[in-house]
Amino acid sequence: MSARVDPTPSRDSGEPTPLRPDGAKQEDALGNPLDLEAAYRDSHVGEVLDSLDRELVGLAPVKSRIRDIAALLLIEKLRRAVGLSSGPPALHMSFTGNPGTGKTTVAMRMAEILHRLGYVRKGHLIAVTRDDLVGQYIGHTAPKTREVLKKAMGGVLFIDEAYYLYRPENERDYGQEAIEILLQVMENQRDDLVVILAGYKDRMETFFRSNPGLSSRIAHHIDFPDYTPEELLAIARLMLQQMQYRLSAEAGEALREYIEKRRVQPHFANARSIRNALDRARLRQASRLFERKRGAISRQELEAIEEADIRASRVFREHHN
Amino acid sequence: MRITQGTFSFLPDLTDEQIASQIEYCLGKGWAVSIEYTDDPHPRNAYWEMFGMPMFDIRDAAGVMTELNACRKTFPRHYIKVNAFDSTRGRESLRLSFIVGRPAEEPGFGLERQEGPGRSVRYTTRSYATERPQGERY
Repeated sequence: MSARVDPTPSRDSGEPTPLRPDGAKQEDALGNPLDLEAAYRDSHVGEVLDSLDRELVGLAPVKSRIRDIAALLLIEKLRRAVGLSSGPPALHMSFTGNPGTGKTTVAMRMAEILHRLGYVRKGHLIAVTRDDLVGQYIGHTAPKTREVLKKAMGGVLFIDEAYYLYRPENERDYGQEAIEILLQVMENQRDDLVVILAGYKDRMETFFRSNPGLSSRIAHHIDFPDYTPEELLAIARLMLQQMQYRLSAEAGEALREYIEKRRVQPHFANARSIRNALDRARLRQASRLFERKRGAISRQELEAIEEADIRASRVFREHHN
Repeated sequence: MRITQGTFSFLPDLTDEQIASQIEYCLGKGWAVSIEYTDDPHPRNAYWEMFGMPMFDIRDAAGVMTELNACRKTFPRHYIKVNAFDSTRGRESLRLSFIVGRPAEEPGFGLERQEGPGRSVRYTTRSYATERPQGERY
């Protein structure tokens, strides 16, 4: 390969190194060809992205944003290999969206992606809420927050419902202290941990408005949209498949109706509500089989969730009243 | 006189990077790392003060290094060591312990001779630093 013959390609001539016809290969500082495809393959990040596509239904904007971030990190890695430095990219994120839209699940995947690309060393996820960070009395908060930060080093710190950290109505609230320590670590130890803040969209916006320092240190604001009924049904099927249950055709139809009705009711928590509904359907299936109390039960019967198991739900009853 | 004790006592002081990779090794083995300090570094003094609790659920050396730097800041003129505790049943003891911080000046130890009956002599070592009360030694 010509690159090995001339280890310092046309740098002195002031001309840019010509791209090879395929456009993908370049040389690094040592004259070794750089291959985007190989780097992509070596990082195994493709597997994570594929499993993200496979196992998470919908969430198109989230997935495309994660792809963007993964691409940036990969390119950044290649840039470093040729000696172009632009400092480590800021990776702190905020996930906003309604309950049950998959924020925690995506955060876990994010930890894995960042680990594969070498931006966090261990790739574990520590999920905390206000209670884990903020203390009960003066001088209790700082050690508590530091303890959590220490545990999260080398991984991802996921702060659920982050807006509870800041309580404007109580100016002596210790939450502010936790935020300050958090800010300090987010700024100074950027290569040691990645912080992800999560919560409802409107409340997060208020939170960021009142804490501009925090907002400006977060590079990626990702919004999680609500699921459509079709996506919820697909999620339900995926969950059942993972729990090794089968949905009969009529039960599938009943579930579709259930989702339509449940969506417009109060306290609807997207995928979480669906999971709960399925858990209750499993209960009903179990007691249906149990009360029958006769002879052998076939494998099919153990697997199958019938229409009656779903139709017995409170959601259908209330509708008739 | 430069005091040495514990693992790596035959080596020059480790750099932060080397300390971090030793801690990384300990964490990889599942040992709990803890930090201790003292201003009475007599070789027989097994009871150093704990700086915080042993860190049982830390995943990365950066967490321990943060704590270590906090300890150095609080006690800039004390001896500091890092211990790694192995909780495996039947082992339940320290596997690794090395000094990571020392005062700028170390006055060393004096040898005392106690004359016993006959011509017997009993020897004891005493740190010059401990002549002063705790907290004022270095």
